[in-house]
Amino acid sequence: MLSYTIRRLLMLIPVLLGMTLITFSIVHLIPGSPAQTILGQNATEAAIKSLEESMGLNESYFKQYFLYIKGLLQGDLGTSLKSKAPIVKEIWPYIAGTFELTFFAMVFAVFVGVNAGIISAWKQNSWFDFLAMFVALIGVSIPVFWLALMEQWIFAQELGWFPAHGRQNNRDPIEAITYFYVIDTFIKMDFTQMVTALKHLVLPSIALGTIPMAIIARMTRSTMLEVMQSDYIRTVRAKGSGQFLIIYKHALKNAMIPVLTVIGLQTGVLLGGAILTETIFSWPGIGRYIFDAINYRDYPVIQSGILVIAFIFVMINLIVDLLYTYIDPRIKY
Amino acid sequence: MNNEERQESQLSSPALALQMEEEIRATSPWKDTVRQLRKNKFALIGFIIIITFILVGLFAPLLTPYGYEQQVLQDRLKPPSAEHWLGTDDVGRDIFTRIAYGARISLQVGFFAVTGALIFGTLFGLIAGYFGRWVDMIISRIFDIMLAFPSILLAIAIVAILGASLQNALIAIAIINIPIFGRLVRSKVISLREEEFILAARAQGMKNGRIIFHHILPNSLAPIIVQTTLGFGTAILDAAALGFLGLGAQPPLPEWGKMLADSRDFIQLAPWTLIAPGLCIMLVVLGFNLIGDGLRDALDPRMKN
Repeated sequence: MLSYTIRRLLMLIPVLLGMTLITFSIVHLIPGSPAQTILGQNATEAAIKSLEESMGLNESYFKQYFLYIKGLLQGDLGTSLKSKAPIVKEIWPYIAGTFELTFFAMVFAVFVGVNAGIISAWKQNSWFDFLAMFVALIGVSIPVFWLALMEQWIFAQELGWFPAHGRQNNRDPIEAITYFYVIDTFIKMDFTQMVTALKHLVLPSIALGTIPMAIIARMTRSTMLEVMQSDYIRTVRAKGSGQFLIIYKHALKNAMIPVLTVIGLQTGVLLGGAILTETIFSWPGIGRYIFDAINYRDYPVIQSGILVIAFIFVMINLIVDLLYTYIDPRIKY
Repeated sequence: MNNEERQESQLSSPALALQMEEEIRATSPWKDTVRQLRKNKFALIGFIIIITFILVGLFAPLLTPYGYEQQVLQDRLKPPSAEHWLGTDDVGRDIFTRIAYGARISLQVGFFAVTGALIFGTLFGLIAGYFGRWVDMIISRIFDIMLAFPSILLAIAIVAILGASLQNALIAIAIINIPIFGRLVRSKVISLREEEFILAARAQGMKNGRIIFHHILPNSLAPIIVQTTLGFGTAILDAAALGFLGLGAQPPLPEWGKMLADSRDFIQLAPWTLIAPGLCIMLVVLGFNLIGDGLRDALDPRMKN
């Protein structure tokens, strides 16, 4: 276990280096002069010169990359061209926003997906099974951004059940401590604000969580069907255990392994989908941060935003890989 | 349950006897696949959806009297009617016309992006899997790095480098799909490489190229075909997402994702401007998913449950 963990950690090094190489290239592979592209057609010579100097674009690629890595290791994510502030200082609220959103989306996806999959397998070929699998089929095909727009239209604008934009009521902002608003309001014991924060989460979480939910439901169903036919389940049944106990205590444990893989993989889909969802719901997360940066040609923010999301994704996959051995001690590496 | 046990339990099942009988009747694995596929109603629905969209795209100029750029300003945001089947958008363009021409764009992007990814992915996968050692090391690490990014994010990064256009979005989508095909082919090749028929081919003095393209590739086709079909769906979805973010097709091209982005502000006033393009993206993706699932069941009976 320990040696596996160490090997798994060592394998991260080339991946992380490769990631930085790609984000580094975002600025340096732009055809022509990056400074010109960033400043636009009408920029003066002097402005281009000074930007090139401040971004260190005059140095050789090798030296620039070296400085980039050195900066990253010292916690320097560059300076935003728009706000002129160090990205490291302003990025946290956005990261927290994305984390909160993806967390709730994943909770929705896992809770609904696993249970729908279990019931479908349990009542195979029932109307519930057909309905659930039909919804799952639609769910894997639906564009996130369209689902988000439809939700906004129906549940926010027509019915007025949930807010359509942002994380909080702008006239009555939530006082930030960790920037996880659900936690912040909990610390303050301010439950009306907590409800506000949760209400803002509902529509974006469902939009973002639908694809993973559908995939998890299908995966759970098929693995449950397989597990339910295995010998040890027959033994449990022979012992006289009730169906509920058989499914939730015995079968689910083994069915969870492939499901866990899917959950790990789907985090990438979630983090990618966050850009779209956040754009539509004006959610101040890192996806929205990147999207605004693209429109402003704020390349340092694009670079660092993408790097941060990729880093989070890699870390989550690491955790999932290490969790395997914990959940299923039979897995040896 | 391990493999032997599974085989044993299957041997005793009447379903297997039936299946064996069918196998005797089948003349080739491809014919068998086609027959299995035809029995699959979902796959058939998928085919019908895709063929419908292909026909609509092909015959777009015959289906509608309007041009996709044609603006009639006094007919702005008109609800669906006999003249405008799906209504008009905010500058008075006929939505049905734009949807029909949009089908061309989406299907073409899907086709070219996936074909590009298929060619390069298969090539790198074959090389990595067959030659192993440091070649495999390098290629696999590059795949790892690319897969370390959420795919749409990598596409955004690539478009940020190349500049926003439909063509660059297509290139980006092709690139992000390369490691997916590459890994699939590589793992298949590695499992085949040690098979006896490859050893036999090598013992006959066959050249590497011939072994790869005449023996290994044909035997790895099943998962590649399934992934290709499913890939069309995700490629179209990604292209629409990039279009929606303003990083794909540029105006006045009637790309479905871009249409959604342009009509966002009119969601309450004119919901039809948003319903049709989104529904079309979903249907096309659904169609490819249905065919893909059907193919998987037909090509790999073990995957069935």
